[in-house]
Amino acid sequence: MAPPLPSGKSPSPSQPSGKSEVTDLKLQLRQLAGSRAPGADDSKRDLFKRVISYMTVGIDVSSAFSEMVMCSATSDIVLKKMCYLYVGNYARCNPDLALLTINFLQKDCRDEDPMIRGLALRSLCSLRVPNLVEYLVAPLGSGLKDGSAYVRMVAALGVLKLYHISASTCLESDFPAALKSLMLSDPDAQVVANCLHSLQEIWNLEASSNSDEASKEIEALYSKTIIYYLLNRIREFSEWAQCLILDLVSKYIPSDSNEIFDMMNLLEDRLQHANGAVVLATIKVFLHLTMSMTDVHQQVYERIKAPLLTLVGAGSPEQSYAVLSHLHLLVMRAPILFSSDYKHFYCQFSEPSYVKKLKLEMLTAIANESNTYEIVTELCEYAGNVDVPIARESIRAVGKIALQQYDVNAIVDRLLQFLEMEKDYVTAETLVLVKDLLRKYPQWSHDCIAVVGNISSKNVQEPKAKAALLWMLGEYSQDMLDAPYILESLTENWDDEHAPEVRLHLLTAVMKCFFKRPPETQNALGAALAAGIADSNQDVHDRALFYYRLLQYDVSVAERVVNPPKQAVSVFADTQSSEIKDRIFDEFNSLSVVYQKPAYMFTDKEHRGPFEFSEDLASLSVGAQSADNVIPAQRYEENDSDLLLSTSEKEENGGPVHDGSAASAYSAPSDLNGSSLSLNSKALTEAALINPGLLTSTSEPTFAIDDLLGLGLPVTPAPPALILNPKPLLDPGAFQRKWGQLAISLSQECSLTVQGAAALTTPQALIRHMQGNSIQCIASGGRPPNYKFFFFAQKDGASVFFLVECIINTSSAMAQIKIKADDGSISEAFYALFQSALSKFSLP
Amino acid sequence: MISQFFVLSQRGDNIVFRDYRGEVPKGSAEIFFRKVKFWKEDEAEEAPPVFNVDGVNYIHVKVAGLFFVATTRDNVSPSLFLELLQRIARVTKDYLGVLNEDSLRKNFVLVYELLDEVIDFGYPQTTSTEVLKSYIFNEPIVVDAARLPPLGPASMFMQGTKRMPGTAVTKSVVANEPGGRKREEIFVDIIEKISVTFSSSGYILTSEIDGTIQMKSYLTGNPEIRLALNEDLSIGRNGSSLYADYRSSGGGTVVLDDCNFHESVHLDSFDMDRTLTLIPPDGEFAVMNYRMTQEFKPPFRVNALIEEAGSLKAEVLLKVRADFSPSVTANSIIVQMPVPSYTTRASFELEAGAVGQTTDFKEGSKRLEWCLKKIVGGSEHTLRAKLTFSQESHGNIMKEAGPVNMNFTIPMYNASKLQVRYLQIAKKSKTYNPYRWVRYVTQANSYVARL
Repeated sequence: MAPPLPSGKSPSPSQPSGKSEVTDLKLQLRQLAGSRAPGADDSKRDLFKRVISYMTVGIDVSSAFSEMVMCSATSDIVLKKMCYLYVGNYARCNPDLALLTINFLQKDCRDEDPMIRGLALRSLCSLRVPNLVEYLVAPLGSGLKDGSAYVRMVAALGVLKLYHISASTCLESDFPAALKSLMLSDPDAQVVANCLHSLQEIWNLEASSNSDEASKEIEALYSKTIIYYLLNRIREFSEWAQCLILDLVSKYIPSDSNEIFDMMNLLEDRLQHANGAVVLATIKVFLHLTMSMTDVHQQVYERIKAPLLTLVGAGSPEQSYAVLSHLHLLVMRAPILFSSDYKHFYCQFSEPSYVKKLKLEMLTAIANESNTYEIVTELCEYAGNVDVPIARESIRAVGKIALQQYDVNAIVDRLLQFLEMEKDYVTAETLVLVKDLLRKYPQWSHDCIAVVGNISSKNVQEPKAKAALLWMLGEYSQDMLDAPYILESLTENWDDEHAPEVRLHLLTAVMKCFFKRPPETQNALGAALAAGIADSNQDVHDRALFYYRLLQYDVSVAERVVNPPKQAVSVFADTQSSEIKDRIFDEFNSLSVVYQKPAYMFTDKEHRGPFEFSEDLASLSVGAQSADNVIPAQRYEENDSDLLLSTSEKEENGGPVHDGSAASAYSAPSDLNGSSLSLNSKALTEAALINPGLLTSTSEPTFAIDDLLGLGLPVTPAPPALILNPKPLLDPGAFQRKWGQLAISLSQECSLTVQGAAALTTPQALIRHMQGNSIQCIASGGRPPNYKFFFFAQKDGASVFFLVECIINTSSAMAQIKIKADDGSISEAFYALFQSALSKFSLP
Repeated sequence: MISQFFVLSQRGDNIVFRDYRGEVPKGSAEIFFRKVKFWKEDEAEEAPPVFNVDGVNYIHVKVAGLFFVATTRDNVSPSLFLELLQRIARVTKDYLGVLNEDSLRKNFVLVYELLDEVIDFGYPQTTSTEVLKSYIFNEPIVVDAARLPPLGPASMFMQGTKRMPGTAVTKSVVANEPGGRKREEIFVDIIEKISVTFSSSGYILTSEIDGTIQMKSYLTGNPEIRLALNEDLSIGRNGSSLYADYRSSGGGTVVLDDCNFHESVHLDSFDMDRTLTLIPPDGEFAVMNYRMTQEFKPPFRVNALIEEAGSLKAEVLLKVRADFSPSVTANSIIVQMPVPSYTTRASFELEAGAVGQTTDFKEGSKRLEWCLKKIVGGSEHTLRAKLTFSQESHGNIMKEAGPVNMNFTIPMYNASKLQVRYLQIAKKSKTYNPYRWVRYVTQANSYVARL
């Protein structure tokens, strides 16, 4: 993939090797350097162009540095600009040669023409060479006071560039103070905007390295004076600078509702701006201002609907995508407010699939009694779509709507009609859905099984679909006449099944079928167990062996383990916790909305803004990536257990919140995991993996197994002394997942010592202190007086984690603490530890 | 803030590459291109405009077959980046006259000049073509417009699905005319993208118009302009729906759901007499964007029929009727119809005396394609096709085919009936009488008939 050269005047070689061309260029430049001949500038222009074009395609032309500098003594501004560009690009790797340019740049900084002054100053600041900073201070100082707005504009950002090269020089020269006064007085809006850019970045960076002053300066930027000053001038600013100001305003906390309404009235017309970025920034201000005013907040939703829809229709597909992502977020938060707008979310033929996908999710969310018929009819049209991924997605959407509705008759019929379409992928998706549907509405089994029974397993190839079919064959083998024979023939072709996921399900299905129709299944079971034990996949092997031993031990026990009576699943758990969703909402008008994850999940710490990560954890990679390496079978089961959270279990999990004691069946497997693994306990954990329904959807069978294993209830009263693992490991992704899955087991408010509150000027101080007490911080943020921390700790020698959300207000010296734990019963003990650690903060 | 900005050709070559902050490794352009080219995530085959690789966010728009890309490590506003990239493309086009790979390669130094002023240290500065004029010293090397593929309405489609480039105006805002004097002129284009979905019984399921009033001014001295729209134009359907229905049945009244305006537009008298006042900046920009879901008469009626004709055979009948005045002619019409996946062959039969029509059976995507150069208002065209199958069709053949999708451009036609009543330019002298061009064009965005 060799990039061809831009065709300049000279015939360019098709494949520039670089070296000889660069040498040639150098030679020609040197000849021209001193030339004052007419036309010399034109020849120089051509040569410079060639140099720049080499630079663009990535050929290193830094060796021509001195020649370029020699040619730079010119009054031709086009030449000058090319030279500046070149110098800016290569100065950093040639600091010694960069010194050569200082002279002419400094001279240009004093030129009569303000444009030359500005250009030279910009280049001077862009050299990024640390040992040249001394030459920057004076030109920057005079640049900030220059008569031309252009030069001041350049100088305002020049200060920031200087800060990045040498923070101390920048601060010692007192440039931030100069910027601040310029910001509050300059008649030129872009100068003001650039001052604000620089100040924000400088103070934010300073604040992260423990500076009180910086925090105060940041606070000052959000002060009423500055906010009002900027708001009153907002129309003078360019649309981009308006976005900057609106972003600042969204962080301002008004003192009363009058102020809120004044601001909203002032900004009302910004919602009619043709630039989507301005509109979204305004919407963010509106949403944040009205957070505590429910009625007005809802009115804001109504108000912003039309402008958002117009933006979706107006721009390029890329621009609509960004707007649509935000609309998606709002729809997901308040689907009811959009239920009559469903037609806007119908997919259009020409839309790219990433847009269609968002729309399908929105349609799913807003479906309710009044519009379900229309929405499902529309979705069914997409199911036959030529765009297969979208067709699949549409079928899934129909299924999701079915799972969230009470009146599902019509939808079930439609799903069954999908099966009659006899398109492989449609059948595959539908089977998976029918399986989920049956888990929620077992009363439909009769209708569904009749149709599913007609599907030849030969037409089902996708592992997921095959697994779903197998699940149904096992679960409803008494109603499907030839279930044992289908299973038998599948067992005979054991080696043709490539996906371990399918083989695992086949084993379980044969087992279930055996308990219901023993004589017909016996042969198949024998064959399946033999094949399974000989299987090369560890999980399949283990499961087969486990079944085999379980059967050997006692057939009736085996039946209770593998095929217990099941309760219908009433609610499929949301995959994203409400904390995460709130976080994304707080980060409105940012990439978080497009990625549908909060910033800490995709940015590194220095780019995270006010919410930053603690040092040691940031270096760990986020869990999501490592999960990719997990073998597919495992992953499937993990997903399955994520999804399956019956309400009964939710209640059980919720219990400890009120009474603090915890005898939840859910904690059984994790505790057993920690103990030494006897064959039986291993078997039990496996059983939990194999069929999550067993452990999570009903509590009774669990107790039965516990008795069977002679362990009694695994949960013992809190041990007298809880010892924490001094070096627990939990990566952010895992923290995220746990936080989403676990319920709050303890919520308390406690007070800090006065000294503690006073010492808490930056999050870091407390983070270090808590680390000393074996409690690690995973994320922290906030501005004085409010700080927010997420901590975690681990019980020593066990896989029990404690997750803590701690919000501290330093002015009231109060801390709100929420604890989630793998084992709720010992969260009281942990709270005691946590609180004592917190109270010792800043005490000698 | 923006860390890097670059423009890549379709083949992935760097045409322009500017690093503003030095935070992102140099190989980013290659990483980006590879990711976009071989996108395979979430089952989708098309890379979304925003994605993250190893902590670097890549944000891009596609214009004229080129990738305009920005990278950043911060959690920025995606809208701001995408709007900015689109704007950079537009400003570049204002300067070069024509935006394509060739013109960009010839003028890359000028583009660097622009980029220096548009973004400083990753922060957007100015994107106004007019303000930029005083900082740009390179003369654009104009690409010979004659050597370009004709910029007819057909090529408007090829450049992305939604946006139509400034119609045929390929003059740089800074280039001088051969005569030395600039021609005083202003273009106002009312561009409407319409989306209609017909049910199998021909009933309109959904319809929407996304319109833009686009302006491109070559007037010197920035005179003030008044643009008058329909007097009875009303905005917002949120009032009583009964009222809106009554109005639409009464005919004539244009009801927009919503609209937005360019910064330069003053709306002081808009509420009173529906006129927009503005001092148009140089270059191309959207004066107003609007959206309408009020019912309108769709320009085309489409009928499609597929019937089995013996074993392994079926017949398709496609009929298109132009429901607009005979004085108007639609052009570049493409009608596409997916057929059952087991179709192996298709033979076509055009109507007698058909001119400028071509047919094709796209083997790979299994669809029939019928292209018509033009359709005159009031006329009707049919196409018959015989399909051969490799296997028996099971069940309902209607469910295996369609929906029919149509693409077209109709110049001097607008579906919404939104009109520019007059375009007034503040006079500098008695003899000052610049050319004004007010043009209408309607395009299909998503024009679909289900079987």
